[in-house]
This record gives sequence, C-alpha cells and structure tokens, in this order.
Amino acid sequence: MTAIAPGTVPKASPRGSAARARMLRGLLPALSLALVLIAIAWLNPRAISYFGFNLMLNLAIPIALATIAQMFVIAGNELDLSIGTFVGFVGCVTATWLRDAPLLGILVLMGSIGVYALLGALIHLRNLPSIVVTLGMSFVWQGLAILILPKPGGRAPDWLLSILSFKPPYIPFPILAALLIAAVVHFGLMRTSYGVILRGSGGNAAALRRAGWSLLKTKVVLFALTGLFGVLSGMALIGITTSADANIGNGYTLLSIAGVILGGGEFVGGRVSPIGAVLGALTLALAASPLLTFMHIPPDWQVAANGAILIIVLAARVLISRRER
Amino acid sequence: MTSVRTLLEKPWIWSFVGALVVWLATIAFTGGYGAGGMVTAALSLAVFTVIVGVGQMFVITLGPGNVDLSLPANIGLASAVAMKVMGGSDAMIVVGLLAALACGAAIGAINYLLIWALRIPPIIATLSASFIIQSVDISYGRGLQIKPPPGFADFTNWQVLGIPALAMLAVVFTIGAALALQRMIYGRSVLAIGQNIRAAWLAGVHVGRIRFLTYTLCGALGGIDGALLAGYFRGANVDIGNEYLLASIAVVVIGGTSVAGGKANVPGVWGAGLFLVLLLTMLNTFGVSAGVRLVLTGLIIVGVITAAGGEKAVR
Repeated sequence: MTAIAPGTVPKASPRGSAARARMLRGLLPALSLALVLIAIAWLNPRAISYFGFNLMLNLAIPIALATIAQMFVIAGNELDLSIGTFVGFVGCVTATWLRDAPLLGILVLMGSIGVYALLGALIHLRNLPSIVVTLGMSFVWQGLAILILPKPGGRAPDWLLSILSFKPPYIPFPILAALLIAAVVHFGLMRTSYGVILRGSGGNAAALRRAGWSLLKTKVVLFALTGLFGVLSGMALIGITTSADANIGNGYTLLSIAGVILGGGEFVGGRVSPIGAVLGALTLALAASPLLTFMHIPPDWQVAANGAILIIVLAARVLISRRER
Repeated sequence: MTSVRTLLEKPWIWSFVGALVVWLATIAFTGGYGAGGMVTAALSLAVFTVIVGVGQMFVITLGPGNVDLSLPANIGLASAVAMKVMGGSDAMIVVGLLAALACGAAIGAINYLLIWALRIPPIIATLSASFIIQSVDISYGRGLQIKPPPGFADFTNWQVLGIPALAMLAVVFTIGAALALQRMIYGRSVLAIGQNIRAAWLAGVHVGRIRFLTYTLCGALGGIDGALLAGYFRGANVDIGNEYLLASIAVVVIGGTSVAGGKANVPGVWGAGLFLVLLLTMLNTFGVSAGVRLVLTGLIIVGVITAAGGEKAVR
C-alpha cells in the first residue's frame, strides 16, 4: 500500500537510533501541528488567544470525529468513501427529525449505525472491496439527505447548540473536546484487549482467525464504530452551523482520509493512532482556511495551498521514517 | 451449455447483463419508444467514462492503494487548455488535442513523482496534486468562454447509423488497451506488479519505470477526455470532470477488475460504463426525484457488486 521500494529490506540498524527515529515519527503529527501553529503565530500573533482558537478551530470537532470514524475502518484495512455524505445525512436528520420528533430521530440515527454494522458484515462475508461498497453507499446517504432536506435549512436542537457553544474557562472548547476524543479513543483502541484484537484484524487477520477470534465480529465492530463516530461528527457539525444542507459533509471523505494519514496512520496493517488522527484533523482544520487568510493568499490559490501543506507535511514524515528503516 | 457456463464465469459478463436488464426495463416502461436513441445516447456518454476508466484500471491494477484521485481536476484543466489552444479555430484542433494530452500526461508524471520521491501513498499524493491542479484550473480558466471549434464540436457529436463515431474510436482504443494489457510486456508487467511488487522486481520487471508509465498514461487519458468533453458539451468548465472521480473507480470495479490489483478487465469497463449511463437514463425515464435516483443508484451499485461477488480470499 505504501510505496514499498523494492530492495529496502529493513536493515538491522543500531537499536538506539531506530527507537529514536520511531519516537520522532510518533511525534511528527504533533510537530506538524506545532509548525502550522507557529506559522499562524508569526503571521498574526493575535490569533493565538482564547477567542482566536475558538474561531480558528470552529470546525475542528466534527473534522476530528469524522477522522476518528475513518480511522476505525482503516484499522481494519478498509476505506470508507461514504463518510462525508453520511455526515451530511446525519446532519440533515439532526436538523429536522432530532429536533421535531426526537424519538424518531434517535431511532433513525441508531438505525444508520446498524446499517454500517451490516455493511461490515456484508463486506466480510462476501469478501467485497470496501471502496466500492462505500462508494455505492455514498450515493445512498446523499440521496436520503436530499429526501429529508431538499433545501438547505432546518435547525439544530437547542440542547445540541448549548453543548457546542459551551465556553470553558482558559482552554477553548474545541481543544478540550479534541483532547477528550483523543483520550477516549486512545484508551479504547490502544489500551484495551479487544482494541488490540480490532487492530490485529488489520495487522494479521489469518493469525487472529487461527487464534479463534471472529473476523466477522471485528469487522462489524469496526464499521459500527465508524458509524457511531460519523453520527457524532454530523451532530457536532450541525451544533456549530445551526442549520443543515444535504451537501454539508461532502468534503469530509477526503479530509478524514488525509487526517488519518497525517496522523501517522497507514492504509494497511492496522497501524493507526487515535491521538495522531485527532492531531492530523486539527492540523487540517487550522491549515484549511485561517492560515491562508493570514497569508493573504488569493482565494483562487487557497485549495492549492492546502495541497501544498499536505505534501510538505508528508515529505517531512518521509524524511524521518526513512531513517527508521 | 458449457459455452454459456464459461461465459458466465467471465467477470465482465455481469456488467453487460446489468446494462441489458436496465435497458430492457426502461424500454418496457416506455413501451419500446426510444429504444435505439437510448443506446446511442448511452454510447456517447459512456465513452467519456470508458476512456478515464481504462486509465484508472491500469492504475488500480498496480496493486492496493494505487488509485488516481486527480482525474477530475486533470479533466477540468485539460478541457480549459484544449479550448484555449484551439481558440475556436478548426485549424488548431489537432494542436489543442495534443496540448490537452501533454497537460494530462504532465499531471500524471507529477503524480508519480510525488509518490516516488516522497513515498506518499498514491491516494494522498494524487489527492494533494488534485488540490493544486484545481487551483491552477480556477486561475487559468477564469471567465473562459471559448466555444470549441465547430469542426471539433461536430466531430464529438458525429454519428454513423446511430453509432457515435467517438464510441467506435473508443472501441478501437479499448481493444488496443486489452492487447497492451494481455499481450505486451508493459501490460504483463503491470499485472505482475499488482500481484506482487517484490516478486515482480526480483523477476526483473522495471517496477519504477512501469509505475511511472502507468500514472502518466492515466493522466494523458484524463487529458484527452477533458478535451473531448469540452467538445461534446461545447465549452470548458472547472467542474466538467467532477463526476468522473467516482465513475472512473466504479466502472473499473463493477467491470470485474480486482481492487487488490493484479487482475484487470478491459471489456468490463465498457459494460460497467454503459450500465451506469443506462441506469441514470432509466431512473430519469421513471421520473423519480433526485434523492430517490441517488438512493437507487447507490443500492444498485452495492447490489451488483454483492451479486457479482468479491474475489476468493487470497491473502
């Protein structure tokens, strides 16, 4: 999956330097975030404040949640190309049914998590490529979103609005929420025994099967978790934007994949990092617009700058991980 | 009977069966009205998906993770380049086509450069590249309102006995692609890399060169597709290629090419391309709303891929 250059068999390098390189690599998501922060501070010192962070990281919570959602499928060597439209679908449900008929809204959202679990089962049982199945599902979610909310509108439930407009003292809410998300997922996936099994299903499925674990169950759990965090992401998004639109989440598919990779995750082998993923999402959220506005980059070239930032960060990562080999 | 069975075992047959079923369902609904016109329209629209689909197929065949996400941006930019170079004059058609081809090939080469030099997974490399290309296109194609030369527009819409000329050319092109895949060293190398990149390298396949060629080829096909689209729809547009991101991947996989790489299928790209276009026509004929149309498209794609089944587990 990663471009394995033939012939670069891992050499038995001195243990010390390899460990140092590995640590550096683990720190890289944090370093890239720091780099972007420094750039912002240099361009506009006033942005580094309670108010500034609240403003800049406005959309960081939904992006982080969507990235975590994507991370779960990637941990199982799959890819979810429908997460963006799914977030949009959840957003539409949140802004309509969850407000007007809470019970129906909750049932629909739970049902959609169930659909994700079923997709996991289908993909495992029929050995289907997840890219195509989720590609198909992305049309389904988008269509449902349009059916629920043909025109932009709706309104977030009041309780959701009040949660997301929470202003804790000293630490901006998006940062607090990101810490919380990272801590919870890190504990669940990296520190519990079933978390190891889940990652193992991406690392060495055959070994897990021989050890008596159900691969069907791991896949269903991973997809259900993706659905769950997708739902949370959609709800958070609507809590911030206050109203919905069927296309509101479309950009999240690529954003979430980029976030996972920026955070040190890999497409195969169950190598993912929840903390890294959240950091990656924060980096993307920061790099997405405020940085570029400060730099006075014309709107035409803002997308390009996004791409360039991605490339620079990944290039730095390669320089470091090359030493690890 | 045995011949039917061997035919049913071909992975690409399902996409054609699907296309046929959808077509029959539509003409059953209209009572036979417009059956021929529908095929003509489907052929002329499927061409654009098939051209990029073949490029995407070669890339996907290189192995897991290889996919070109920059095609939509590539198509958009190439359409603008082609229209600008042609400048509405019939004399410049060939030059414009070559310019679009070169533009696409350059984008493909840059994609591979990123993958190779930075060792980024192709998904991320082509994604980042597509951001940059998109900006170039927005900036370059701003307010571009050049119509294609009349000769070029006529050519892209030209039909012989109800069969679009472009479709005939595309059939010739896909036969060439199938030959390249199965009978030429290049194609065999692509398949070998997709099956096991390390084994291919040890066997003396020029892995780097072949991957470079494949991404460049895919980019070039995106470029030519952009030019043709601009001719067909009478004008370049930043968003002209947007639908081809999903479509190019979908036709490859529905057509029976393995996303795990190492197994490609050219006829399936045609079947799947026709299937997708006819599906859209059918849902439009039924007069369903946009939402229902999307839901049904998605469910049918999932249904087809489930029915056709995945590959037997190899890993």
